[in-house]
Amino acid sequence: METILDYIEYLQERYVSILEYSYEHLLISFLAIMFGILLTVPAAILLTRVKNDLFNSTVFNIVNVFQTIPTIALLAIMIPFFGIGLQPAVIALFLYSLLPLLRNTYAGIKSVDPGIIESAKGMGFGQAKQLFTIEIPLALPYIMSGIKTTTVYIISWTTLAAVIGAGGLGDLILGGIGLNDKFMIFTGTFIAIILALSMDLIFGKVEKKLTR
Amino acid sequence: MIELKSVNKVYDDGFQALKNINLTFDEGKINVLIGPSGCGKTTTMKLLNRLVDHTDGTILVEGKDIQEMNPIQLRRQMGYVIQSIGLFPHMTIYDNVATVPKLLRWNKSKIDETVHRLLNLVNLEPETFKKRYPSELSGGQQQRIGVIRALAAEPDIILMDEPFSALDPISREQLQDELTHLQAEINKTIVFVTHDMDEAIKIADQIILMKDGEVVQKGSPHELLTEPKNDFVKEFIGTERLQKAETLPLVREMMNQDFVSTYVSESIDEALNKLINHNLTQLPVINNKQYAGFVTIKDLLKGSEETVSNVINTDQKTLKPSDEASQAMRLLKEQELNEVTVLTDQNEIAGVVNYKDISEALQNYYEKQQGVV
Repeated sequence: METILDYIEYLQERYVSILEYSYEHLLISFLAIMFGILLTVPAAILLTRVKNDLFNSTVFNIVNVFQTIPTIALLAIMIPFFGIGLQPAVIALFLYSLLPLLRNTYAGIKSVDPGIIESAKGMGFGQAKQLFTIEIPLALPYIMSGIKTTTVYIISWTTLAAVIGAGGLGDLILGGIGLNDKFMIFTGTFIAIILALSMDLIFGKVEKKLTR
Repeated sequence: MIELKSVNKVYDDGFQALKNINLTFDEGKINVLIGPSGCGKTTTMKLLNRLVDHTDGTILVEGKDIQEMNPIQLRRQMGYVIQSIGLFPHMTIYDNVATVPKLLRWNKSKIDETVHRLLNLVNLEPETFKKRYPSELSGGQQQRIGVIRALAAEPDIILMDEPFSALDPISREQLQDELTHLQAEINKTIVFVTHDMDEAIKIADQIILMKDGEVVQKGSPHELLTEPKNDFVKEFIGTERLQKAETLPLVREMMNQDFVSTYVSESIDEALNKLINHNLTQLPVINNKQYAGFVTIKDLLKGSEETVSNVINTDQKTLKPSDEASQAMRLLKEQELNEVTVLTDQNEIAGVVNYKDISEALQNYYEKQQGVV
């Protein structure tokens, strides 16, 4: 009982900085994912147009490599190139987001029934018309599900960005560890979970709506 | 009308899919391309809307070389129906049917009117169906939509690539019937690919049978069934269908070309002699190489006349070589004669048909049908 009262007191005192940490956290995640989407969606569509299988598998292998580097290591590697702070963190997380986004978009476009493509072509759809009115709408559930999964784990990995001084909820947790402050550790973890869950919920809703 | 002139198709890997194809798809007709798989029938069809480009030769659509046309414009002028139907699953039936009119930027009221008319044409109630999605329809209903989607922009030419092959037998039969009825109303030039001979016989005006990238035989279903060009055609059609198609011979095949005749200037006595010598009761009369009528034994015996020209009958109905056996029988019976004359288009006598000829033809036919031969 006493702990709960103490915790409420802690929240009352510190809520401004907690909100700041949360905002930073969302900003880092958002930037990483947004750049990820901006690069991968067009890139994946281009890849579906490439007939050379070797080229495609090379691209996927390269992107896959980023996925295999441990998060903390990738963040550390960023320091010699980009220093510390928000920028290297966003870049590292952006690299992580590439594979799932690319793979889902690619698979989505590829999953469109060849019969549908053939009938669209046969009726006189141009390339662009076919892409925007047929292929992308039909691939959208796949693309959205890629964005959803990626968002959820980028939000959770963003907590590690604090290690290279990017801020975010990781700061709260790391600080808590240093000061042996249970409240700080708990708050950072809890809000990160809430953010991830609510993103999952929101994107899930959007995805459902798009799948009709 | 669509013309293919010495068209070849060689793929990048050197495979020659089509070899010197010369074809005409007739205007307002159902032209069926048929053959075993890999014969080039689908490739031939896809050349027409340039989903596949030919290597050399010329393809003319309404006299225009399609190589000089924009493929996208070309395709919008042709309806296209495929085996997997290819309706857009994320669009309503209305939007699916309206696809090409929308590409062509028709105004909304014209599109509305078209979609309603077409849905009614295939007996799908517009108010019920237009807001539904393809997945809510049965396979047969979906392909009906596939067909009317191809009709929507009022193209003169419709390409159909095995459109009914994936349907269950009952829906398939129904859609075939509907297509032939529809065609009677819309009169499009239809190029229809199939591997099903029954389907081809049922719907085709012209069948084009292909093998290994070449046209083996083309003609009406009747022609293919009655005059298969070689063993491959016979085998592809199948003995059962060939036997079924075996009909009573035409007048041409059963008439007697070795007949006895008389002339207008011949004397009655000579004509009578001919009748008696050949055991006949009537003779056709020739005047200046042309058919002039006929004389019977009764006319000749009547009396005092001197030449055949005085007793000639001119009211006899005659046959053409292309008439059917039934027509010959009808005329014999109607006119209470023993013989009917067969005339060429030039009004010359081609031969005569009598009861004996007909009974012989009938006998041959039934023996063949029972496989006696």
